[in-house]
Amino acid sequence: MIRALHRWPGLLALALVIILSLSGAALSVFPAAERIAAPQAEAGLTVAALADRIQAVYPGVEQIRRSPSGRITAYWFDQGAPGAAVIDPATGEGVASADPNQAERWLTNLHRSLFLGDGGRMSMAAGAAAMLILSLSGAALVARRAGGWRHWFAPLRGPLAGRLHVEIARIAVVGLILSSTTALWMTASAFDLLPDGGAIPATPTEVSEETGFALDQMATLLQTPVAELRELSFPYPGDATDVFTVKTDRGTGYLDQGTGALLAWADLTGWERVSETIYMLHTGQGAATLGLVLGLMALGVPAMGATGVLIWLAGRRGRPRIRGNQPAGRAETIVLVGSEGGSTWGFAATLHAALTEARRSVHVGPMSGFAPERYARAERIILLAATYGDGAAPASAKGFLDRLSTLERAPEIPLVVLGFGDRSFPAWCGFAKDVAAAAQAKGWPELLPLDTIERQSPQDFARWGRALGEALGIPLKLSHQPVLPKSEALTLVSRRDYGAEVQAPTAILRFALPRIPLWQRLTGAGFARFQAGDLIGILPEGGAVPRLYSLASGRRDGFIEIVVKKHPGGLCSGQLTALEPGDTVAAFLRRNPGFRPGRSRAPLILIGAGTGVGPLAGLVRGNARRRPVHLFFGMRHPDSDFFYGEDLATWQNEGRLTRLVTAVSRGARPHYVQDALRGEATQVAELIRNGARVMVCGGRDMAAGVADALAEILAPAGLTPAVLKAEGRYVEDVY
Amino acid sequence: MKSLLATLALTTALTLPGLAMARSVTLTTTLNNYGGDGAYLALYVTDASGAYVGSLWMAGGKSKYYEHLSDWYRATGGDTGQVNGITGASVGAGRTLEITLDLADALFDAGYTLHIDAAVEDMRDSPNEVAVPLTTDGAGTPVAGRRYIASFDCDM
Repeated sequence: MIRALHRWPGLLALALVIILSLSGAALSVFPAAERIAAPQAEAGLTVAALADRIQAVYPGVEQIRRSPSGRITAYWFDQGAPGAAVIDPATGEGVASADPNQAERWLTNLHRSLFLGDGGRMSMAAGAAAMLILSLSGAALVARRAGGWRHWFAPLRGPLAGRLHVEIARIAVVGLILSSTTALWMTASAFDLLPDGGAIPATPTEVSEETGFALDQMATLLQTPVAELRELSFPYPGDATDVFTVKTDRGTGYLDQGTGALLAWADLTGWERVSETIYMLHTGQGAATLGLVLGLMALGVPAMGATGVLIWLAGRRGRPRIRGNQPAGRAETIVLVGSEGGSTWGFAATLHAALTEARRSVHVGPMSGFAPERYARAERIILLAATYGDGAAPASAKGFLDRLSTLERAPEIPLVVLGFGDRSFPAWCGFAKDVAAAAQAKGWPELLPLDTIERQSPQDFARWGRALGEALGIPLKLSHQPVLPKSEALTLVSRRDYGAEVQAPTAILRFALPRIPLWQRLTGAGFARFQAGDLIGILPEGGAVPRLYSLASGRRDGFIEIVVKKHPGGLCSGQLTALEPGDTVAAFLRRNPGFRPGRSRAPLILIGAGTGVGPLAGLVRGNARRRPVHLFFGMRHPDSDFFYGEDLATWQNEGRLTRLVTAVSRGARPHYVQDALRGEATQVAELIRNGARVMVCGGRDMAAGVADALAEILAPAGLTPAVLKAEGRYVEDVY
Repeated sequence: MKSLLATLALTTALTLPGLAMARSVTLTTTLNNYGGDGAYLALYVTDASGAYVGSLWMAGGKSKYYEHLSDWYRATGGDTGQVNGITGASVGAGRTLEITLDLADALFDAGYTLHIDAAVEDMRDSPNEVAVPLTTDGAGTPVAGRRYIASFDCDM
């Protein structure tokens, strides 16, 4: 909801807010320039003395004005010819032209009305309103993303465009809220919607009808310092009934030209004061420094506009377009998607198309947008839930379980849960099971029991579709064609071979970085941004499902490296290990945000065996900060599969690796990596007690063995791997 | 061309009962190139004693700026009711404002004076920019204003 409130005004009013902010930023310079250029009055100078000085130089003076910057302008007639000048208050003489600055005038008219009169003013006011909505909704989004208002300046992660957008926003938002609110007030004032008109004193009924009282003797003018003056208008020459009009920061008054007496006075109204303060805050006139600060903040708007559009485009690419998606309030069927990489959205699109063809109105949205009170006409809710990591909610389902648990009663609309998963993972369909269990506990009625889709199987999905169709009393044919992410051709640069002696031929394959288009560089999409531990998907020739490999290099290394073991009969590994330099494969990047070393400087304990050492070696290579790293490396034989053996020695010399502990499994006394951990139990326990982070990569059996060994090692300290996992200090990438 | 026959006859105090006693007058105001935004102009009439009688036209739509037409503002107390229905757009530098209206015969050669107050944003206020006596002889003779008006002409 907040996101929609941020996205649509942003895109619709983009051009308008960019014109507003650029012209506003340019205009912010003028008050400061005027403040610097204008000769200022000496402290304590009274209006009486100033007016007397000016009148001595320009006997035909008609009006004296002081702008909030302190600039004093006089207007006079000399033998019938009008004259005006900026006055040096020390001498009363003109020192500069009083003509309006044409550039400032042009910019002002652009800024407030696009040169289009009242219609333009209203458009620009709409632009200011859009800016206000954007600022408020954006602030709410930043707070939500950072985890609360108190974490406003928390460090950011993610693609460059998103980080830039938020970095600029959290500084500029204060200025933008101030500028847009004051703009709306000023527009309302210009259209007479506010009772802030000037109060004038009643016209004096009796005047002395004499003239010539000396200016420097008038009591009111003697009591008024120049700093408070706004305007002093002189009576018409020769008209004895006319009066002096003086406007100050406090109000307006009339003075008798024959006696100098104050004939009438009216104070500024409260509304006037508020409007003037708002004018000052918006224009910087009288607050030049604030004006410059606001101008600088406004300069952030074009940058936020550009990055905002990039974020929006990147978000659209992540999921398929769903044609004819119905609003949640009008749909009979609500389909909510919990997806991490985006593939579940593809299934949702297929389901949407089939149901729509069967003349059912369907709404598809993310599970994180779950809002049962909005589903006014819904007859069923279908959840398509993937699972992230060890049973956690995937990205588009964040917050779903919390929202469900805060509901007083479960919705009465019958529910269908469909889990997506891969049985090779222990937490198979873990999130979908959690959701189904929570729904059952709440007493949410069930239309169909929990069902699952194995490895994105189109057959499973078609079978489930038939069951759903029967429940709905319609024939439902779901034929899903998985949409593969757009892949790049990667060219092999070099290969290093290992393991032939131990009947486990393995290769470290190094590919050149593909050419990265500008938009990817800005959004951090595709291969523009990756780190060791992220994954690449490779679609083998003749295969339908891509295989994922852990990356042993980061973007900064300038190449893409993976460690591949040839499995007997393995389609993808066979093709990869047969590659020669110059050959290409089609690959795409998949991020693996759950397997990251984190930014802290706490020591890292890296534990891996076999090809699982690849991403760990990549982390060591990228350890430019010399964070303490302890690597536990399980291999079959040092002469055959000691991957990165020479590199590791070099990295240790460079300080990128603190300690290397190897375990060799082939030999007289087989020794596994978990045994190596037990051998270093004291030091491992010590490191973990002091905040070290554990990263495990490799086969499932190894990972289980490592978890057991750590449980033993940590038991005396009262810690368990589960506690560490919950704290995010124990992460695994297991296959 | 702004034709205001009926409106003006009904809304201002400047017509006597019966349009037969009135004459059609064209007021042409041409501004010089003063190098600023559109000018606000107030056209109004005072009697022989200098007292405000009524307004003929207000060029400029935003009443919050009327205080800069300082003589008119002081005479009327800023009452927008005085220019209700006889308000138009402000007049740009170098442009001409032409209004045609029916003025009562009794206003001519009786000591009445037509005034124009002018004001431009960020420039000087020019009350009494033009003051011409309403006389049948004077009609058709252009006069220049003090600051913004290059020529003003009252043509019968």
